[in-house]
Amino acid sequence: MTPDTLLWLALTYAQIALALAACLATLRMVRGPRAQDRVLALDALYIAIMLLFLVTGLRLGTPFLFEAALVISVGGFVATVTLAKFLLRGEVIE
Amino acid sequence: MSRFLPHPLLSCALTLMWLLLTRFSLGHLVLGSAIALFAGLAFARIEPQAPRIRAWTPLLRLVGIVSVDIVRSNWAVARLMLTNGRHGARKSGFVRIPLRLRDPVALAVLAVVLTATPGTAWLEYDPEAGTLLLHVFDMIDEAEWHALIRDRYEALLLEAFA
Amino acid sequence: MTALATLPPWLMLLVAALLVLGSTLTLLGAFGLLHLKSFYDRLHAPTLGTSWGTAAILLASMLCWSWVQDRVFVHELVIGLCVMVTTPVTLMLLGRAALHRDRAEGQPDIPPAPDRGEQD
Repeated sequence: MTPDTLLWLALTYAQIALALAACLATLRMVRGPRAQDRVLALDALYIAIMLLFLVTGLRLGTPFLFEAALVISVGGFVATVTLAKFLLRGEVIE
Repeated sequence: MSRFLPHPLLSCALTLMWLLLTRFSLGHLVLGSAIALFAGLAFARIEPQAPRIRAWTPLLRLVGIVSVDIVRSNWAVARLMLTNGRHGARKSGFVRIPLRLRDPVALAVLAVVLTATPGTAWLEYDPEAGTLLLHVFDMIDEAEWHALIRDRYEALLLEAFA
Repeated sequence: MTALATLPPWLMLLVAALLVLGSTLTLLGAFGLLHLKSFYDRLHAPTLGTSWGTAAILLASMLCWSWVQDRVFVHELVIGLCVMVTTPVTLMLLGRAALHRDRAEGQPDIPPAPDRGEQD
């Protein structure tokens, strides 16, 4: 086992693990049971996808996927904060 | 200085970020500085009070302590996940902690610290009573958490922020 | 594996270890998100991914690109900073929203709101 194949294995493993993490988060998002669970799962999904982009960019050797990861991390933040704000103010009748 | 640069730290950080995201050149330096200055002025309208940092050494020590704590609690929480919470024996709980910190920036730093460390989640801060409601993933001893936050983080933050 | 093949063996091993560490932690966090019983427990699960999960993968990416492009590559620091600063905001807001909703619905085992007439 040369370092070359080891790195290749690690990259493959990381891609599979992150994809699986995204799937698990999606499952939680579908399952709920409550709105805050779904928003939390969405946030975790964003992070997993962002990391997946970084690892894929590393594997393909292009730095362009990096910009996509940056946009995802910022966009995900805005989306989650908006949804959380909505949960705080929008739905609950006081 | 304070008129054109109300938030020197923010403007510096923005200029630096601009240079990091683009290739370094004189044009980018000028453009980045202009944007950072403008952002500082705009931010001064929203938040007129710039953070007053009294001492940098406690902050640096805090960074060191926190990075060690993040590694340790990552390990602890990952192990709890793998062993299914010590085979069902793990209990989580809410803790209400009285805080002496009042400075909003210091509280923000404390929030970042507590949330970045797996195992503690910041739920609610009550500015009138000055208490903080935390959720702790692995609750063994409530008094231990009080002591941990007071001595390990809060003391350093009190030293750092005037 | 075009550019990565030029890395020296020790750096390859280091990057591989960091990648495995980061992705495993993120996976564990997602697993916890699905597996844990109550919402407040689940609130802790993604922090595994956002603290060392992200840090390890960013570090791996940073090391690789710095070697390949032969200049210090600090783009990752911006993402790291972004995640570091935004996660607390997200989680705090979500925690507060959950508390607020649970109290409004009168769920048991939720600490009461601080006693001052109205809560915001």
